[in-house]
Amino acid sequence: MATGEFAAHGAHAHAAPTSWIRRYVFSLDHKVIGMQYYFLALTAVFVGMMLSLLMRIHLIWPAASLPLLGEIKPETYLSLLTMHGTIMVFFVLTTAPQGGFGNYFLPIQIGAPDMAFPVLNMLSFWVTALAFFVMIAAFFVVGGAPLHGWTGYPPLSALQSAGPGEGLGADLWIISIALFCIGALMSALNFITTTLDMRAKGMTMMRMPLTCWAWFITAILGLLAFGVLLSAGILLLLDRNAGTSFFVPLVTINGQLAGHKGGSPLLWQHLFWFFGHPEVYIAILPAMGLCSQLLSVFSRKPIFGYKAMVYAMLSIGLLGFMVWGHHMFMSGMSPYTAFAFSVMTMAIGVPSAIKTFNWLGTIWRGRLRFTSPMLFALGFVSLFVSGGISGPFLAQPVLDIQLHDTYFVVGHFHLIMGVASIFGIFAATYYWFPKMFGRMMNESLARWHFFISFIGTYAIFMPMHYLGMAGHLRRYSQLTELNYLHGLVPLQTFMTYAAFVTIAGQFIFLFNLFWSMKFGKKASDNPWEATTLEWTTATPPPHDNFGGHMPVVHNGPYEYSVPGQPRDFVMQTDPALAKAH
Amino acid sequence: MGLVLLVVIWLITFISGYFFIAKTWWLPAGASVAAAGIDHHFSTTYILMGAVFVAAQVILGYFAWKYRDRGSASPQAQYTHGNNTLEITWTVLTLILFVGLNFMSSSIWASERFRPAAPGAVQVEVTGMQFAWYFRYPGPDGKFGATKPELQDASAGGEGAVGLDTTDPASKDDFVTGTMYVPLNREVEVILRAEDVIHSFFVPAMRFKQDAVPGLAIHMHFTPITIGDYEIACSQLCGLGHYKMHGILKVVSQEEYDKWLAAREAEKQ
Amino acid sequence: MASTNTTAAVDAAGVLLGDHGRLDSGSAEFSVRLRRARLGLIVGLTGIVMIFVSYSSAYVVRKGLPTLDPQTGTLVHDWLPLQLPNFLLVNTLVLLISTLTMEFARRQALRDAIPAMASSDPATSGSSTPGVPWLSLTAILGLSFLAGQWLVWRELAAGGFYVSTSPSSSFFYLLTGTHGVHLLGGILALMAASATSFLGQPAESRGVAVDITAWYWHFMTFLWVYILCLLEFAH
Repeated sequence: MATGEFAAHGAHAHAAPTSWIRRYVFSLDHKVIGMQYYFLALTAVFVGMMLSLLMRIHLIWPAASLPLLGEIKPETYLSLLTMHGTIMVFFVLTTAPQGGFGNYFLPIQIGAPDMAFPVLNMLSFWVTALAFFVMIAAFFVVGGAPLHGWTGYPPLSALQSAGPGEGLGADLWIISIALFCIGALMSALNFITTTLDMRAKGMTMMRMPLTCWAWFITAILGLLAFGVLLSAGILLLLDRNAGTSFFVPLVTINGQLAGHKGGSPLLWQHLFWFFGHPEVYIAILPAMGLCSQLLSVFSRKPIFGYKAMVYAMLSIGLLGFMVWGHHMFMSGMSPYTAFAFSVMTMAIGVPSAIKTFNWLGTIWRGRLRFTSPMLFALGFVSLFVSGGISGPFLAQPVLDIQLHDTYFVVGHFHLIMGVASIFGIFAATYYWFPKMFGRMMNESLARWHFFISFIGTYAIFMPMHYLGMAGHLRRYSQLTELNYLHGLVPLQTFMTYAAFVTIAGQFIFLFNLFWSMKFGKKASDNPWEATTLEWTTATPPPHDNFGGHMPVVHNGPYEYSVPGQPRDFVMQTDPALAKAH
Repeated sequence: MGLVLLVVIWLITFISGYFFIAKTWWLPAGASVAAAGIDHHFSTTYILMGAVFVAAQVILGYFAWKYRDRGSASPQAQYTHGNNTLEITWTVLTLILFVGLNFMSSSIWASERFRPAAPGAVQVEVTGMQFAWYFRYPGPDGKFGATKPELQDASAGGEGAVGLDTTDPASKDDFVTGTMYVPLNREVEVILRAEDVIHSFFVPAMRFKQDAVPGLAIHMHFTPITIGDYEIACSQLCGLGHYKMHGILKVVSQEEYDKWLAAREAEKQ
Repeated sequence: MASTNTTAAVDAAGVLLGDHGRLDSGSAEFSVRLRRARLGLIVGLTGIVMIFVSYSSAYVVRKGLPTLDPQTGTLVHDWLPLQLPNFLLVNTLVLLISTLTMEFARRQALRDAIPAMASSDPATSGSSTPGVPWLSLTAILGLSFLAGQWLVWRELAAGGFYVSTSPSSSFFYLLTGTHGVHLLGGILALMAASATSFLGQPAESRGVAVDITAWYWHFMTFLWVYILCLLEFAH
């Protein structure tokens, strides 16, 4: 007898809940928890987007007085910037792709009835939600939100009098991040155990969809990285409140001795970036896995080089822990160490390039269907290339001298994280909406959303490279003081107008999302004619995902256009290919 | 839709590429010895990565159009799981490109950073604090006197701002200015310090950037080769005044520098 | 068949994790639950290990780190090692004994969970006397350890060493405090595991809970010995 099937009955001992609280609030069902994460991220991205809108307005109209907020002071700009970065990186990019879609679809795609530890799953969401509330609270306390950037370098972040917002606001910021770390560690535990131990019969690791590989590797990265951020946060909290000097040397602030000595600001940077670099791969890997999935489905072709894709993601994960120093080339770190980090950083460009070649190889000689998920997947490839190309500039310390802390960096990480990864979230939404809600999203609205977003984000972020090369520094709340910035203001103005249009375009998506839940065209169980396990089950999936009949897997996940088969796709559960393979 | 995608992707590529090639917004003119080598390597990277950028986007757009599903007019998609030879080939080529670029730049990095300043270099101690730069010169004795954080008092002028300890004999001839003067064609040794939070000393024209970290005195060097006034910008977020923490680097002839130096030293007597 | 269901890696992991093999259907389900819980624990412990790896590297770095003396403009080392109170050794002994009692509790709970395996599987046969409240003993010893740590902190404070006094004292409080928090979590888990029998949960649930708590506990003991060595010997 298959232990997998027994696992189904044993682990899924809890029956479907009936009370509203057990069904929607403290649900143990990974599908509900996935949706909770998704809507948390949706709230967060809306907040983050509004913060960036205020930032863009202030940059070109620094004296403008806005309704409700009045004039934006320089320190307020820095708080907006700090919170924008923190909220987007943690509560959007680390939440929606993994906690949202990963939670919902990992168990289904591997043929499991739920995550390994449903109670832990429920707790991980509520800890993350609590973290978000604590983060938002920072806006409303005395002094407001911190101004030290999402990177929080001490001594600026360690000294309560170093600036407005560095009091209680900064403490709440740290506590929120610490809570987020705990939630992320719990979630990583679940993802890893589930992937290793709960795959259905016939679902070997090498038959898993690349989305599952991505979620699995992302979880490993999170497991190893978030503990380091948690530690750093605790040390910073102690420096701020208990008089320790982990990060603060002998300094004065506002003309007075700060009361610390002997600490090292660089220690924070090492700890932070040891987490911070894997974090950016956590933000992009799920989107990469999904892109592979969607290009295959909508080209009606197997993914080009499945094994290479797996090894590439594994290499990115492993190398991702060896490159953190490239954020610190100018920090005062030893130049020999910098050289070592730069070699590793150039090396990590290789697996990313391999993935791009394989994506192109997937659509080569395919039969492309331009559905909304496909548009965003193709857009992802373009944006990933654009964002990735600026990497090798920054990876070389000699060029980083000029480009570090300029808009060149801001353009780089926004194109890759702020757009490509977000496109992954959009693509996932359009793709899996029919399975989650039983209806299709509106395709016309989706196309408008795609083109406005694609063109708009290029218009916002491509010019940042020009600004950076010209020496325009980042985190400047006003462009009025340095002479050489004056000639760059027209470009900033252009970017702000592009942002207006792009942000407006996102409301099309928001409307489409909610409208389609009630009024979208009804969807069949497999509207995209895809092969993976979620498309074999009912819509929306029942409580144990497969209605008591756990799937048995016979094929890999990308059997499209197999010669001699009646249709251009063969489900993973279809035994028809068993003789051929 | 395939055609629309091709057009959009190609247009974005060519428009952004135009501004990159036309250098409409570009690196400022280099004014240091290191600038030529750095700029040359920048151009090399630029051309190679630019070619990859254009190629990848053009192919993406082209494929999106060429392989669109035209119904019965389209052949069935090619059933293939990949090609190992191709994988190995493009992996090796990419590795050569990236690691090659890196090794090329490393010799420049080594010459800039692996050696200390030459003896006889002009020494300037640069101290950053919220939100100004101060420049201390060692005076005729060539030695920097002691400083004490407890003595810091910005209202007492430059020497007070850096907390100069006047009981130290070596401090007697030190002087602090708000503008950094250096002579042409001589190596300048910069000793970077910070009093409160991390700042960063950036002179775009000199291709010079280095964080000033509290608790450290970081030694760096550069050699200016063009006379002029150059803006110094703070390039590490240091608080609400970060955007206005700037200074001026004045590169002058040796004669003018000697005159200026003599005048400053005379004031200290 | 289990072998076609899992990859070789998971099979190996199953053996490592004490998969009790193919027995009758009830035990197979129990062994899956146990294996899965143990896998989850190993994964979770990896996350916790990273916290202490960070602290360890911060400790080593800080110990050797010179800082700028503005007076002389030179770099000086300012690390003064902390004299560790001897009472720590008593505490360590208490924790080591508790790990023994915990292990007896674990074997007892597993025996209760699978009556069929009483005499056949060497991993669960031991010399422990049935009926001894090993779990409660462990909880008491754990609480004693924490009380002892509190006494050590009091002793240090009396000597003028608070959390902010010096870098070495900061790290001492940090490492022992974080370990203590995690051990307290273990004690709460112990109490929850004890409660499973009062709440009428099946013996299998209790077996899994106690087994996981036991391995966690052993890890906490090992972690404590590591911390002690780091504080005492790291150069």
